[in-house]
Amino acid sequence: MFNLSTVELRESARRLRCHVISMIATAGSGHPGGSLSAADIVTALYFRVLRHDPSNPHWPDRDRFILSKGHAAPILYAALAETGYFPVAELGTLRKLDSCLQGHTDAKVTPGVEMSSGSLGMGLSYAIGTALAARLDSRAYRTYALLSDGECQEGQTWEAALSAAQFKLDNVTAIVDCNGMQLSGWIRDIMNLEPFIEKWRAFGWHTIDIDGHDFDQILFACQEAQDTKGKPSVIVARTIKGKGVSFMENNAAFHGKAPTQEEAERALQELE
Amino acid sequence: MKTAEASTREAFGKTLVELGSQNKDIVVVDADLSPSTMTNFFAREFPDRFFDCGLQEQNMVGIAAGLAACGKTVFVSTFAIFVACRCFDQLRLCISQPALNAKIVATHGGITVGEDGSSHHAIEDLALCCALPGFTVVVPADAIETAEAIRVAADKQGPFYIRLSRPKTPIVYSEGYHFSLGKAVTMRQGSDATVIATGIMVAKALEAADMLANQAIDCRVINMHTLKPLDETALVKAASETGAIVVAEEHLAQGGLGSRVAQTAAREMPVPMGFVNLGDRYALSGKSEELLQRYGLTAKNIEEAVKSVVKRK
Repeated sequence: MFNLSTVELRESARRLRCHVISMIATAGSGHPGGSLSAADIVTALYFRVLRHDPSNPHWPDRDRFILSKGHAAPILYAALAETGYFPVAELGTLRKLDSCLQGHTDAKVTPGVEMSSGSLGMGLSYAIGTALAARLDSRAYRTYALLSDGECQEGQTWEAALSAAQFKLDNVTAIVDCNGMQLSGWIRDIMNLEPFIEKWRAFGWHTIDIDGHDFDQILFACQEAQDTKGKPSVIVARTIKGKGVSFMENNAAFHGKAPTQEEAERALQELE
Repeated sequence: MKTAEASTREAFGKTLVELGSQNKDIVVVDADLSPSTMTNFFAREFPDRFFDCGLQEQNMVGIAAGLAACGKTVFVSTFAIFVACRCFDQLRLCISQPALNAKIVATHGGITVGEDGSSHHAIEDLALCCALPGFTVVVPADAIETAEAIRVAADKQGPFYIRLSRPKTPIVYSEGYHFSLGKAVTMRQGSDATVIATGIMVAKALEAADMLANQAIDCRVINMHTLKPLDETALVKAASETGAIVVAEEHLAQGGLGSRVAQTAAREMPVPMGFVNLGDRYALSGKSEELLQRYGLTAKNIEEAVKSVVKRK
């Protein structure tokens, strides 16, 4: 278990962002934008919120973190490496043949990865399954599912939203990384999701609207979700795609494109 | 000879209750069809371990994956068309790829669903599920075999697809029959040709063999209840000993038992082959037996296919 202060979390997030840039640049492909937007959320979870034990990834009472937006695998890998699930050096093998770090998450090969994902809209359903299992087994663990706002265009996300409320699953927290963008542009221009908060509320969820780059707000929201009984909670985290690297911020071109070596160096300088 | 009939769905529902009382880690998810899939027996006995997902089949498969990942043996049940066809990507990424312990028991397989028509006829489900790495695919021939297959699926780790039917099906086994996963059953010996059948076509193959016996054609009948992994030994033995094979299934021509048998025969022991199946088309609404007649899935069709393949030996 980790219990970093807000100042330390900020430093950890910076380090994870650097890993994301280096990993993807080395691999020559990957999705930097959505990893950088989720960096602070993932850092807060792995270094403060989650009850987990990197030396025992299958600990039955661990909190479950389900990365539904599987293309943000690099930020999860960075967090898993920095918390000790595997050596940091492994990050350099991302997307290479025989690496334990697949292009999108693969529960079979990566210590600490709960779910194979990459086809969008499936993670919240999976999270409901792990939450129901906790209830059946009277275990106190919580399940956190990280979704992208773009994948809320998938119908299955809303099937899952309905059912979590029906089953009164207060041991599930959904966090939506709302960076406002998807592969080819702004969500509002492609398939608008607004009014977004109202949709979740209408589906029976407790909603918490925060700045997804503010650690105090992230931590407070996770606590509020945990304290909310009788219904599931969703944290709508407003974020910036590519956050932390000026030329990647709000730039759809870096949704699924690796930085060149020169761009990676510039990005790392900015993050220093 | 008119044989007794019984419902494979009912056998499934009752067996689930029996298993549920022995193992508290067995859970069931359904999608608003429990009175038809007969998981409602389980729901009544074990309401805490039954989750009705409403009309959310894709969500249901994802929920099943999460439950399975936490150590549950999850039975997933709805009509074949709504799980094998509608949820293929979910079956692939959430169940097959991570090799989770989920048992898809799909009722209302094939065209014998009948009057509901083509939207409800799962005729490509076996091709789809056999294509999924790690899946075991079983089509029981009758209610007795169904109960046995369900017990084996509950015991054995890993994903299963088990296809059942809507109508009652003729009983081809006696009580006490022991089901052995992946081991085909020779239902009747024969030396002139072999019919390899699965599901409801097993009873029809036996009927065809009787008809052929009257014409001095000695026809072996094999129940290939497990499509994947296929019993290649029994298949090669039949090919070498009888020299001709007809495959009968309630499925499209492509990707089902016929394709699988042909692939193995081509590699190991090529012999003249015939195929009794739906071909490459959707069926219409009608009564089960009418549809089987119309689309060529009768004992008579098998008889003709055997005669034709024997001529090519």
